Parts: sequence; structure tokens; C-alpha cells
Amino acid sequence: MALLEVKNLDVTLATSRGPARAVRNLSFDLDRGQTLGIVGESGCGKSMTALALLGLLPENGVTTGSISLGGQDLLALDEDAMCGVRGNRISMIFQEPMTSLNPLHTIGRQVTEPMLIHQGMTRDEARAEAVRLLERVGIASARQRLDNYPHQLSGGQRQRVMIAMALSCKPDVLIADEPTTALDVTIQGQILDLIADLVSESGMALILISHDLGVIAETVDRVLVMYGGAGVETGPTASLFQHLAHPYTQGLFAAVPKLGSGGKGKSRTRLSTIPGLVPELADLPPGCTFADRCDLADDKCAGTMPTVHDVANDAGHRVACLKPDDAKSRMATSEAGA
Amino acid sequence: MSEPVSKNQLMAALTLMTRYRNFVIGAVLTGLVIVCAFLSAVWTPHSAVELAIRSRLQLPSLEHWLGTDHLGRDILSMIMVGAQNSLIVGIVAVSIGVFLGVGLGLWAAAKRGWTEELIMRFSDFTFAFPAVLSAIMITAILGPGAVNSILAIGIYNIPVFARISRGAANAIWSREYIMAAKAAGKGRFRITVEHVLPNITSVIVVQATISFAIAILAEAALSYLGIGTQPPEPSWGRMLNDAQTYATIKPYLAIFPGAAIFLAVLGLNMLGDGLRDILDPRLTRGR
Repeated sequence: MALLEVKNLDVTLATSRGPARAVRNLSFDLDRGQTLGIVGESGCGKSMTALALLGLLPENGVTTGSISLGGQDLLALDEDAMCGVRGNRISMIFQEPMTSLNPLHTIGRQVTEPMLIHQGMTRDEARAEAVRLLERVGIASARQRLDNYPHQLSGGQRQRVMIAMALSCKPDVLIADEPTTALDVTIQGQILDLIADLVSESGMALILISHDLGVIAETVDRVLVMYGGAGVETGPTASLFQHLAHPYTQGLFAAVPKLGSGGKGKSRTRLSTIPGLVPELADLPPGCTFADRCDLADDKCAGTMPTVHDVANDAGHRVACLKPDDAKSRMATSEAGA
Repeated sequence: MSEPVSKNQLMAALTLMTRYRNFVIGAVLTGLVIVCAFLSAVWTPHSAVELAIRSRLQLPSLEHWLGTDHLGRDILSMIMVGAQNSLIVGIVAVSIGVFLGVGLGLWAAAKRGWTEELIMRFSDFTFAFPAVLSAIMITAILGPGAVNSILAIGIYNIPVFARISRGAANAIWSREYIMAAKAAGKGRFRITVEHVLPNITSVIVVQATISFAIAILAEAALSYLGIGTQPPEPSWGRMLNDAQTYATIKPYLAIFPGAAIFLAVLGLNMLGDGLRDILDPRLTRGR
């Protein structure tokens, strides 16, 4: 049995326009030392999935399905028990290091707090551990930094502090929600390397949420592509990047800007986009969520839930699509043409 | 062997004082009231309660700086003792409002849902009655007196603080570091105490100063109406009431207690404004 098993997860938000299915029928599992990347555009349910794992959905959210961590059903736990899980067995790194630290508290206080709450350490033990953690995440003169306030640190340093906080209780699962989006490109790589190193060192499981395919490709073993709240394709990173099996995944990759992709005779190319907009979660079609933007879709797609197919011979690479063969042949022609 | 104060330091101090002139003037006036109150506890020029019918209704003189009232009591002494009364009313009434009101506001913001709805609608209901009106109702039930008027003003303050702290707390609850704190496994109570309350203190402090001024005004009004502080305990409101009878022949009787109320309220309001300027610079930049 895997460390983290998510089965048929559904998150429904009650909105003024009716119930919105922010996450629908999502299943994945994750073991120690494994890394999973969740990709998709804004509003596809990536962050909602993360919040559902922590039981931190907004008040209008309802979760069904099952989330089990080490055999324990998290959805069955009450609020107090969940507090014991958060920051202790599952912890999270947020997107905005600039605003995710309380401006009124020192770094030391914020890094030691999870240890004081969950591990029952004394203040001195926690402080010593905090120094060790800050040094590990690459903060120079860590001991002095403990008494600094967040505004005295740069964005990259703050994200390092957030990582130290998230790791302080040696969690089983680390969720990083767009951890590098708010950072300089030069810092991004350092932070990702740090996260990858820490994951392999401690043997925890990582869920990396990003809209940046480059970030995903460099950091994780397995990828889950989400669209409109549903998982549309999942598989080992190499296989997924090699055979883009879902029309949405194909569109997503085509939309990545490439330097010098104009080719001979063309000084400029238009950036490729996926036509249409992310659908309103409150009025998704009953079938495939991508149907109204997909150029391969027909009437059947919007009405029927897509079936899951194995892609090529790769174990574990699956796509949820009614027309995987059409998508595959299109990939083949575009590759041949390139 | 102190360094003589350089011209630059003096200039810097002056600049600071002009930038925060609300705060400086407010602090001086409020300080004056406080000094009067403390001083009157140990010394007043004359007794504030003893009657001296022979020297009644005297004009200000060297003996009686602000003159005497219709019973021969020294006006300055009465104003000084009255300051005590006003301060106590302000402190107790505002404390009632702060403790219960901020508690309720924080509770509402932390719980959300119907708890918040219930607390806030109840606040609206209480808020709908003007301070003096609700005070009259409460004293009508509990009987007149200083304690009951303090209670009445305090109860009026509860929804004021409940509303303001709930609004400020809701804004803090939507910050990302609150989400981070939740993700670190902190419960609502802990987040409220450690993250929300410290971040809304400045708002509460500013409101407390302004509510203090309103409390002094309300106490004066109640005493003027005869349902607040009871004689012989001097109170600014009562002095105004007494002076009313002689308003046509001895107008100065009303001027001095009136000026005391005016200056105390003005001082506290300016102090509140000044504190807001200092504690929340974002609000003032736009002006």
C-alpha cells in the first residue's frame, strides 16, 4: 500500500452560480521518495487538490472520495486531529514567500513553532534544530537570522525559510504549490535543486504543483496533467514528455515559448495558444472537460466521461480520452513535419 | 557633562513634532487631564465638596482661580476632581468594550458561518440605540449612579469594538501567512491569539482613544441629565447642570466645565488621529 492514496477525490464548491466541481474523480498514489508533479493552467484544480489533502478548503468546499495517508483516512479525521497532521505529516510550501510569513514574528519564532506544536521540543532544542534547518536550506549566518524579521530577508531567502518551516517536523509528504513562481529565474533553479535534494535525503514524498513544464520536467518522476478539475493524463515524466497522449497536454506543450523556433525564413512566430478559455467550473460539460476547446472533439466527447487508456507500452502512463488514437496520429504527423 | 543640544537635533525634533502635530497636541491635552486627575487625588487648591455659602458665586480671583459655584465650592478643584471621575469612566467603559467587543469580534472572524452572523446581527441591534439613549434605558432599569452609567457606556462600546475588530480580523484571516499557519497545523484559537490579534492591535488602540473621548462625553451627558454621577461627587456634566440655573447672571460657571470637557475630548480625538497616522502610515500617505 502506498504512503498517500487518493481515490475518486471530488471537491465541490458551493458558489452563487451553483455547485462548482473544482476537482472531479481524481485518483493518484504516492510512495516515500517519489515525486509527483501536478501541471495545468490556472483554475484547473491543482491548488484545490493540495488544499483538500490538508483539509484546508474554503468553507464552501465539500470533499468526497478518499485520501489515505499511511492507511489512515484523512477525510474521517476531525479538525483537531487534522491540526496534528498539518505541518507534521503533510506540510506545504506556498507560492508567495513575501506574504506567507507573518511580518510581526521573527524568523526563529516561525521556524520553531511547528516543532514546538507537534514534536513537543523545548524552546532551546527547537532553536538548535532551526539553526540546523536554516543552514541546510542555505541561509548564511543562520544563528543571527533567527532574530530577523521577514522584511529583512530577500524573496529567495524567505522561500528558503518557508522550506525550513515545512521540513521542520520531517513530514511524510511535502506539497510545494508553485514554490518558484514568485522568484527570479536564477533563484528558481537553486530552490528546485534544494527541494529535490531534500526529498532524496529524507525520503519523503513530494507533490510539486506548477504550471511551468520546465520546472516539472527537471524535478519530478511522475506527472499528472489536470484540466477542469480532472486528471487527463498521468505517467512517468520521460514517457509523458515523449508521447503527449492527451490533446490538452499537446496544446500545453505547444504553448511553451521556444527561443529561435521560427525556423528558416521566419524571423518571428506567433506564440501558440490553446483556443478558448478555461471553462467555468460551475458549468462544465458532463463528459470530457476539455471537449469545447479540443479540435479533435465531437459531440460524443462532451456527453460521455472519457475512458482511460494505457499509452504505448509504458507502464503507468495513462490518458483519459475518447480519441487517443487520433491524438496519437496527430502527434506523429506534427513530429514528422517538424 | 551633557552635550549641548545641537541645532540639527532641535530641528529634527521640531520637524517630527510638526509632522505628528495631532499626536503631540493630543498627548499634551490628554496628559493634562491625567495630571489633574492624579494631582487632585492628593491635593486640590480647596475642597471640592465642602460648602462655603459665604463665598458663593465669586468671580475668578487669586484665591479662587476659576471662581466658585452657587454653593461656594472652588470651581478649579471641582474640575480637577471631575477629571478623575471622567478618566475612571473612560477607562472602565472602554475596557469593557475592548475585552468583550474584541473577544466577540475575534470569535466571529475565527468561526465564520452562523456564529459570525449571530454576533454581528446582535451588534447591529445594540448599535442601533444611541449611547445616551441606551444609557438612559439601563439606568432606568438599574437605577442612576456612576457605576451604572459606566456599565451603560461600556455596553454601548461592545458592538463598536466587535465590529471593528471583526472587520480587521477578517482582513488578516485572508492573508497568506494565515494559510501558512493553518498548514503548519495551528488551530483557530492559536492563530487568533498569535497572528490575528497582534496584527489588529493598532486599529483597536486608535478606536480605544476615540471611544474614550465618546465615553467622557456620554458620562458628562448622563451626569447633566442627573442619572450619572450623583452629588456631592463632582462631575463635569453635573457642574454644567448646576451652572445652567445661573447661566444668565454668571455665565463663566458653564464655561469652565464646558472647556474642560471640550479640551479632554479634543485631546483624545487628536491623540487617536495622531496614533493612526503613526501606526498605520498607509492610510495617511494619500491625504
